Amino acid sequence: MLEVINFYLIPGLVLGSIYALAAAGLSLAYGVLRFANFAHGELMTFGAYAALVAVGLLGISPWAAVPFAIAATIPVILLADRAFFAPLRRAQPAVLLISSFGVALMIRAVVYFVWGPTPQGYARGFTPPLLWEGLRIQPRHLYILAGALAAAFLVHLLLSRSRAGRAMRAMADDPDLARITGVPVDGVIRLTWAVSAALAAVAGVFLAIDTELSPMLGFNVVLAAFAAAILGGIGRPWGAALGGLLLGVAEELSTYPWIGEGPLLEPAYKTGVAFAVLVLVLIFRPQGLFRGMN
Amino acid sequence: MEPLLLYGATLLTLAGIYAALTLGLNLQWGLTGLMNFGALGFVAAGAYTSALLTAPPSAMHVGGFGWPWFLAWPLAALAGALLALPIGAISLRLRTDYLAMATIGIAEIVRLVARNEDWLTGGPLGITGIPRPFESLGQPWGPVAFLLLVGAVVALLYAMAEATARSPFGRTLRAIRDDEEAAKAAGRNPAAFRLQAFMLGAACMGLAGAMLAHFFKFMGPDALDPVTATFLVWVMLIAGGSGSNRGAILGAVAIWAVWAATDWLAAQLPGELATRAAYVRLFMIGLALQLILLYRPQGLLGTGR
Repeated sequence: MLEVINFYLIPGLVLGSIYALAAAGLSLAYGVLRFANFAHGELMTFGAYAALVAVGLLGISPWAAVPFAIAATIPVILLADRAFFAPLRRAQPAVLLISSFGVALMIRAVVYFVWGPTPQGYARGFTPPLLWEGLRIQPRHLYILAGALAAAFLVHLLLSRSRAGRAMRAMADDPDLARITGVPVDGVIRLTWAVSAALAAVAGVFLAIDTELSPMLGFNVVLAAFAAAILGGIGRPWGAALGGLLLGVAEELSTYPWIGEGPLLEPAYKTGVAFAVLVLVLIFRPQGLFRGMN
Repeated sequence: MEPLLLYGATLLTLAGIYAALTLGLNLQWGLTGLMNFGALGFVAAGAYTSALLTAPPSAMHVGGFGWPWFLAWPLAALAGALLALPIGAISLRLRTDYLAMATIGIAEIVRLVARNEDWLTGGPLGITGIPRPFESLGQPWGPVAFLLLVGAVVALLYAMAEATARSPFGRTLRAIRDDEEAAKAAGRNPAAFRLQAFMLGAACMGLAGAMLAHFFKFMGPDALDPVTATFLVWVMLIAGGSGSNRGAILGAVAIWAVWAATDWLAAQLPGELATRAAYVRLFMIGLALQLILLYRPQGLLGTGR
């Protein structure tokens, strides 16, 4: 039992909280902008590499570099919105989706150009796991869980308590009504992108701390983030976060030897779990698991 | 003279294979409005099918049946269509963006299977010794004959795509794309029509995959890359003008020419710069797509119908 918790459940929750952050940002942008932003994975990658620069220049820990990652990632999406998405605002969502695919390629090209294709890490070294009553957890895993909770709490405060957050929710519920009741549409869109990119950057740094930096870092998990967002009912950040947690845990638990000796699912196929879940949700509950929750 | 002829034949062969792919995508997106971001999956299905059927027997993977290409290629097209059947049946009744995600997903799964199921695909080492048609003619006439074969396949696909677009079937597809409710009211079943168009497009992609495998004489998980097998095809279709079959072919040839020319230019740069130039090219192709979407959304030839 402890083995399941230590080697499957805890890593699953860690991966799940990273998915949760990524999916919440994706879902938030979808709710207000009404298109699936395929560049979200590349925003994660960019944030992770921006933190690498801060770590290298200032000699700080990657955790302390998170604000730098956020500050560097937000202008990227605001620029892309201004140059490419804004003129297409009235086009079909499909056109915006294709456009976001192009933005993803452009950001990826910049990452490759500046940092090269070789995987890198923030720091080398081994930290012993914390032990408590047979439970073992890596310190970095504890920090990721805490950081994800803190980020979720901040976004919750923003959405529920602030005027800007209410305006965002109004836009997500009914853009036309929000417009005629005097919601500053352009400002809300900029704020939405900023929050979405900030969540992507945090998720990217956390993922890079847990694994390693590579130019495909974000793209490799963006499908899982989409699956989580659909699982939670796309456009609902809380649903997306829950969907992300579920997906992360499901992915790790799928490799446990539940039946017989070998793992239930070969670890090489672990990333396929997100896709399998996506397909199952699309068949049985395309509206998401938590319909009616907000 | 001979190296130039060979170089030209190589470029044109690849342009022709891309034209087949773009025609397939045009059937799905241009004619029917189905957003397939997973062309790679269908290309791989066709490529591996044809590779396994025609390669000599090998202990590294299943078969190697040594079939002639003209028996294997139709089955490669069928493999593409069969892969499209379940994915289409599941996701075609849903929204556009969900289909885009589902197709990216299937492409990634196909890549995982190709890499990990050694008994079937030879794993990371892939399948070698795939015969290229007309190789017995020697240089340079073998590659030229293969180019003519690819050209004939593209011409056939073009004729089929045009016939489809003009037929009552094609008219129904456009009607569903433009106004699903009206098509329903006229007694059409949009889901069934979409599924057929999706499978037809996937069959073109499977056939393109087979031609690619025989051209490379090799197929492995690293031979296909989402940027060149999926994204470049989208840029080609949008540049040429989605909805128009002639636009699809023109876009494929034009964008491929730019892609190959910049590749050649980049290769002239010394060492480190050459690698970096490849990334600049990736950036430029993304930017080109944006500029077309912004300033010429109808593409070079406009929307056919």
